[in-house]
This record gives sequence, structure tokens and C-alpha cells, in this order.
Amino acid sequence: MNRRLLSLLLILLAGGAAYLLFPYNLAFLTRILIMIVLVLSLDLILGLAGIATLGQAAMYGAGAYAAGLFAIHVWADPVAGLLAGALAGAALAALSGAVLMRTQGLTLIMLTIAVAQICAEIANRARAVTGGADGLRGIRPGKVLGLWEFDFIGITGYWYAFAVMALVLLALAVIARSPFGLSLRGIHESPERMVAIGVSVYRRRLAAYTMGGAVAGTAGALSAQITQLVSLEAFSFTLSAEALIMLILGGTGRLYGAVLGTVIFMAVHHLAAANDPFNWLFVIGALVLAVVFFLPRGLIVLPTGLKRLAKGGRHAGS
Amino acid sequence: MQGLEVRGLSKRFGGLVVSEDIDFDLPPGARKALIGPNGAGKSTFANLVTGILAPTGGTIRFDGQDIAGLDEAQRVKRGIAKTFQITTLFSGLTVRENLRLPVLERRGRGGGLFRRADGDPAIETEVEALLAQFDLLPFADRPVVDLAYGQQRLVEMALTLALKPRVLILDEPAAGVPSSETHLIIEAIERLPGDLAVLVIEHDMDLVFRVARSIVVLVQGRILTEGTPGEIATNAQVRELYLGGAHG
Repeated sequence: MNRRLLSLLLILLAGGAAYLLFPYNLAFLTRILIMIVLVLSLDLILGLAGIATLGQAAMYGAGAYAAGLFAIHVWADPVAGLLAGALAGAALAALSGAVLMRTQGLTLIMLTIAVAQICAEIANRARAVTGGADGLRGIRPGKVLGLWEFDFIGITGYWYAFAVMALVLLALAVIARSPFGLSLRGIHESPERMVAIGVSVYRRRLAAYTMGGAVAGTAGALSAQITQLVSLEAFSFTLSAEALIMLILGGTGRLYGAVLGTVIFMAVHHLAAANDPFNWLFVIGALVLAVVFFLPRGLIVLPTGLKRLAKGGRHAGS
Repeated sequence: MQGLEVRGLSKRFGGLVVSEDIDFDLPPGARKALIGPNGAGKSTFANLVTGILAPTGGTIRFDGQDIAGLDEAQRVKRGIAKTFQITTLFSGLTVRENLRLPVLERRGRGGGLFRRADGDPAIETEVEALLAQFDLLPFADRPVVDLAYGQQRLVEMALTLALKPRVLILDEPAAGVPSSETHLIIEAIERLPGDLAVLVIEHDMDLVFRVARSIVVLVQGRILTEGTPGEIATNAQVRELYLGGAHG
């Protein structure tokens, strides 16, 4: 209990510190928060349940378009828009997952990519609804909880995204500790064995995939409301792949790894791209290589690893 | 009748007959062993009974009900469980978590989202009892992958017993276990609940003769003979089979 309170406090402090230290980078910080939500969704389905995917952007994009359209045509309330986004993400995940969760490995990866590509193509063709390649414009979200208006500097946007991220993190932490979370880890370790103890692995995986879809949809909805624009990029392969790299960088299956990996990836990306607009990808590449080779379980194990090293213990990554 | 009742069970893979016309009973409290040379169809038989494979002919009844239409997970829920020959434990999870999973599932709590997995005292009590029964308490919080192989086999049995089966099939429980640790397995089998129907499939004759009260000999997919350990030990055909090594 103490540890959970402590980590919650730490996250609140980090949110406040970032806000005070970088008042002119709120848009960038908000982008990080939104990415964290997306990477957390990936940690639920890939890190915990071991469902390999390179198409998480499908659910993110569905959530973004749903929230955008909801704000334009139905109701501008941001929280209601978030729910619409989460629902759209969950619905797409449940629908596609009904087929996808029957497959595994390479087949599954290819199919997840295909789903995201199909979504992108649908959004591209349905110009009348989505704005096609021009993107969905004219999203004007109302006041958050009827109290805070989205301002020009992005203060409301930052704290709104921060609150959503913290709530998602909390919810996933509860799920990860629950019997359902344990069963997902079991499926990750040995699906045959889960069948042998009487579990319908397919249904559990579908449930996890749907929950992950809801979280990814939430991330997409946040992005639509805060940038007030949805482009076809929301469905892009690059987004799915980058989310995966962030998760691997931080460490899978522990939630905090998703947070850490996203912050580091985005910060390094930001700094490297500012210093050298042409070769920044090399820096990211080198970072990923170093982590995969020296810390295969991600940067999140670095503190424990260093502690062990100081005590003269075993190798950090082992 | 109570327990497992197999009649005329057959399995063909294309032209290859791996099980042919097997009649087999396993009443509550039974301690039977299934032996036979490599390729006799012992594991196939176990897989047919547990629903991993579908038979090409014959019937399988449990407590008088035909269970042919049930899949593996459904048969587990009815009370037919099998340990795995090759260890397929949740190797990254701790021993305690390995045992908690089947107990949660058996009690229908495996899908719970809001409680902690270790938050139910009744389930934890049951997990502790299993740990104690198999002498696993000292290793309870270690990942299974860190355990010695003999201990992993005990986790395998504990995990399967956590399903509270009424029929327990032990598929080569001592396979790969160094002979110095075989006694751990034998003791664990001897401590199984008295009303449980147990079928042991095993190569280790020492283990078979220690735990079985009845032995079934399978050769080329057919039952050669069935009898008490004393009868089997003196059976000329069986002696020839094992000493002659014609089918090895």
C-alpha cells in the first residue's frame, strides 16, 4: 500500500515538476502524456498478455476520429468525447479481435498491420465524413467538466491529459494485480497450460485486446481534443511501431516501463531532432540497440541492476 | 458406474493405428499404471481421455456420462486432469502464483478485475495447503524457472491437483528427474488423496511397482494384459517384452 501511494506521489510530483520546468513546452509535454496512454495500452496486451501487435494505431485512430466526430456533431463535452473514443477503440478491437485472437505470432502481427491499413484507407476514402487526407477539422471541445476552457498556451490541455494518463495508469495497475491480470501473465507464459487448467484462452485474450483497444481509443480521443485535428497519420504504421519501440525501451509488462520508455524516447527524439534534423534517427537507433543488447528487459530494470552491481552481484540485465 | 469407463477406444493417424479397441476402467481410489515400450501409444491414450486428441472410434464415459463431445477445458471442469510430460509451467511466475492460477480458475474467479489476485483468504489458504503438501513452502516465492527439475515436477503435480480433479493422469511424472530425486515424486504420489482415481504412465519400473496396485501393459496400441504388480512381474509375455527389447 505504501509503495503504491509513493509511486502515485512520485508521478504527481513529476507532472508538477515538468510543468514548472518547461512552461514553454507544454504542447510537447502533452504529446508525451498522450503517447504514454497509447504505450500503456500496448503494455496491457503485449507486455502482460503477450499478444504480438504492430497495429495498435488502428484503435488509436478509431478513438481519435470518433472523439472528433462526436465533438463536431453530437456534444462538445470533452469527457463524453473521451468515452466515445474509448468505446470506438474497444468496439474496433472486439470486432477485429474476434478473428485476430484466433491467430498467433507472425500471422497475428501481419493481420494487426492489415487492420490499421484498412482503417486508414477507409478514413481516406470517406472524405465527406473524415475530411480524407486533409484531416478532420473544426473540433472545438468544450470546457473540461464545465470548468476549464482549453487555452491557447495549453495549460488545461496539459493537466487534462495528465489526469487521464494518471487514471489510466491507476486502472491498469489495479487490473495487473487482479486475477484477470495474473491469468494474462499465465497466458503469456504458457497458453497450453492455461487451457489445461480449464481457461478459454481465446476469450481472455479477446477481453484483454478489447480493454487495450479502449485505452488506445482514449489516447486517440485525447489527441483529437487537444490538437483539435485528426489526420490519417493517426492510423499510421509508424505510430504503432514507435509505440512498440517505446515499450521495449522502457521494459514490458510493468506499466512504469511504458511511462519511462515513452518519456525517454520522446525526449531523445526531441533533442536529437533539434540538434541535427537530418541524422536524429541514428541516435534513436543507437539507443534502442544499446537497450536491447545490454538491458533486454528494458530501462526499468536499470536501478535494480545498478544496485546489484554496486553490491558486486550479477549482471544488470540478467 | 462411477469414475472413468473406456470401451473400444481407437485412434488412427491415416493408416497408422496407434490405439486399437482399448477397454479400460478407472474407478475412484484406483492406483493404476500404464506401461509399455516406446511407441506403444501410452501418451496417445492419455490425450484421448483428456480430450487433447479426438478418437476415431469407441466411447469414453465419466460417471456414466458420455464425454466424447467435451473439449479439454470442459473435461478439466468435470474433473479429469493430466500432468504434462514436458514441463509447461508458468516458468516466469513464482511457485505460489503458479498454484494460485488454477485455484482461482477452479473457483470461477479467474476473470476478476478489481480485487487483488492474492486478496482472497480462502484461496490463499488452499494455495498454502498445496505448498505444504508438496514440500514447496521454502521455494514459494521463487520463479519456477529457478527450481531444480525434481521440484518443478512437484509443482507440476501440485498445479494439476489444485484443479481438485477426481481423475488424475500422471504422464511420466519422473521423466528427466535424476534418480536421486525420484523418491520425492514417489512420496508425492503416495500422499495423494485416497478417493482420487490415479493413472500413472511411466517408464521407471521402480516407481510403477511402488505406487500401482494394478498395471496395464500396452503394446502397439493394444492392451496386452492387466494385473497386479505381482502378476505382471511374473508374466512371461511381459518379461519377454522388456528383457527381449524387441519393440524398443
